[in-house]
Amino acid sequence: MINKAGSNSPKMPIYLDYQSTTPCDPRVVEAMLPYFTEHFGNPHSRSHSYGWEAEGAVEKARNQIASLIGADEKEIIFTSGATESNNLAIKGVMHYLKGQKNHLITTVTEHKCVLDACRHLELEGVKVTYLPVKQNGLVDLAQLEAAFTDQTALVSIMAVNNEIGVIQPLAEIGRLCRERKVYFHTDAAQAVGKIPLDVDAMKIDLLSISGHKVYGPKGIGALYVRRKPRVRLEALIHGGGQERGMRSGTLPTPLCVGLGEACAIAQKEMGMEVERLRYLRDRLYGKIREKLPEVYLNGDLENRIPGNLNLSFAYVEGEGLMMGIKTLAVSSGSACTSASLEPSYVLRALGVEEELAHTSIRFGLGRFTTEADIDYAAEQVIEAVTRLRALSPLWEMAQEGIDIKSIKWAEH
Amino acid sequence: MSYSEKLLDHYENPRNVGSLSKEDAQVGTGLVGAPACGDVMKLQIKVGVDGRIEDAKFKTFGCGSAIASSSLATEWVKGKTLDEAEQIKNTEIAQHLSLPPVKIHCSVLAEDAIKAAIKDYRDKNGADK
Repeated sequence: MINKAGSNSPKMPIYLDYQSTTPCDPRVVEAMLPYFTEHFGNPHSRSHSYGWEAEGAVEKARNQIASLIGADEKEIIFTSGATESNNLAIKGVMHYLKGQKNHLITTVTEHKCVLDACRHLELEGVKVTYLPVKQNGLVDLAQLEAAFTDQTALVSIMAVNNEIGVIQPLAEIGRLCRERKVYFHTDAAQAVGKIPLDVDAMKIDLLSISGHKVYGPKGIGALYVRRKPRVRLEALIHGGGQERGMRSGTLPTPLCVGLGEACAIAQKEMGMEVERLRYLRDRLYGKIREKLPEVYLNGDLENRIPGNLNLSFAYVEGEGLMMGIKTLAVSSGSACTSASLEPSYVLRALGVEEELAHTSIRFGLGRFTTEADIDYAAEQVIEAVTRLRALSPLWEMAQEGIDIKSIKWAEH
Repeated sequence: MSYSEKLLDHYENPRNVGSLSKEDAQVGTGLVGAPACGDVMKLQIKVGVDGRIEDAKFKTFGCGSAIASSSLATEWVKGKTLDEAEQIKNTEIAQHLSLPPVKIHCSVLAEDAIKAAIKDYRDKNGADK
């Protein structure tokens, strides 16, 4: 995003965009390094120790990943990332069941890769129901229940939303699906390592994992595919039959090791990290609200990962605000910051009015965020919002008691 | 998005921020854009007895390009007659600020704001100036 705005300082901004990506944990990098130049063998090479040791490392990683979500290591398929995992899960299942079942249910707030995969399937004749969400961002279970038909093959609902951080009721969704023998896929890219996940307790059949959201490397992810009862899917990528035929291609040993290590660290440290992040997030929110009126939280506060804060600052436009906090790396739901000039579809789905969607900023806190970072960020935000409100005709009107909604704005 | 130095200057040090009295007969107020679009500009001009714009003020709800475009507009209209101010083209604003293509519409809105302010003044004062 905007980061070179006029500053001569070579210092990088404070990173508060952990939902966009995370840096690799140094321990992850350390675990990966030997597999680049020393233990570089192809993990599928059966005949020599270069292959065996690479295979050993990959299988260890598989175990570490499985352990974090309560799965068996045979149920973990490596992919290039959650986008691929989502595509594989959704298209894979629907293609396998073609001719038998033709309907899938998802939500309007899913990540673009899920929505686009569904749109693509619609072109192939699959029927898709896009469930709305409530104002707090959560899916309405009664609406989900009503959407099932005897043609429904799959429900795909993300565990945690990337923009607003809200946590969907996974166990309840799983139960509804299992009762009707419908597969339940969840895009857990933003959930893994942040909330406890148990594929059995939550009756999840397919689960997508992203390496670079959990302090692992970019370019690697995984898909959990249930074996009991067996979920069958059609591969997207054909070739040597690796990953039980579900995803051909030589596994990138260092990346697999990195993802495994990241999951192991997350499993160990999640409890502590959650508490720390909740404290920091609440501190940031509290400080901002203390000094600024008309600040609105987007999405449920309770059912939310602790590292996410998505706020709308009424009467101040998001991109303009981001330029004013250039020492912070954050993102916005404003149209101006999206390539399509449309405001965030997730915020719109919550019923957030367009002008508030334009004023939103997402703060993503993470493992390396400090209290000093938070205090500084709060100061910067308060200062920038105050300055921009002084510049804003809408703030002026609001102060004068004019109802902005009553004005007939010209189209342009 | 990396912006030009001139644009950043207008964003960091906007010129002529504020409001003039709407009721003043010498003041024309232009309010353009829409909150739903993420862009609202209010541009006001005060016309002197000699028919030249002697003061201008703006307030903008919008991105850095929108703020810079409207700030620049207030600078450029000062000292001009209404007819001269009406000649200011969005392309000139865009060029001066080196607006990226996706932000050209901000300069269009600034041109609209100038014209709206002029129209308001003329409506208030009969079409002679």
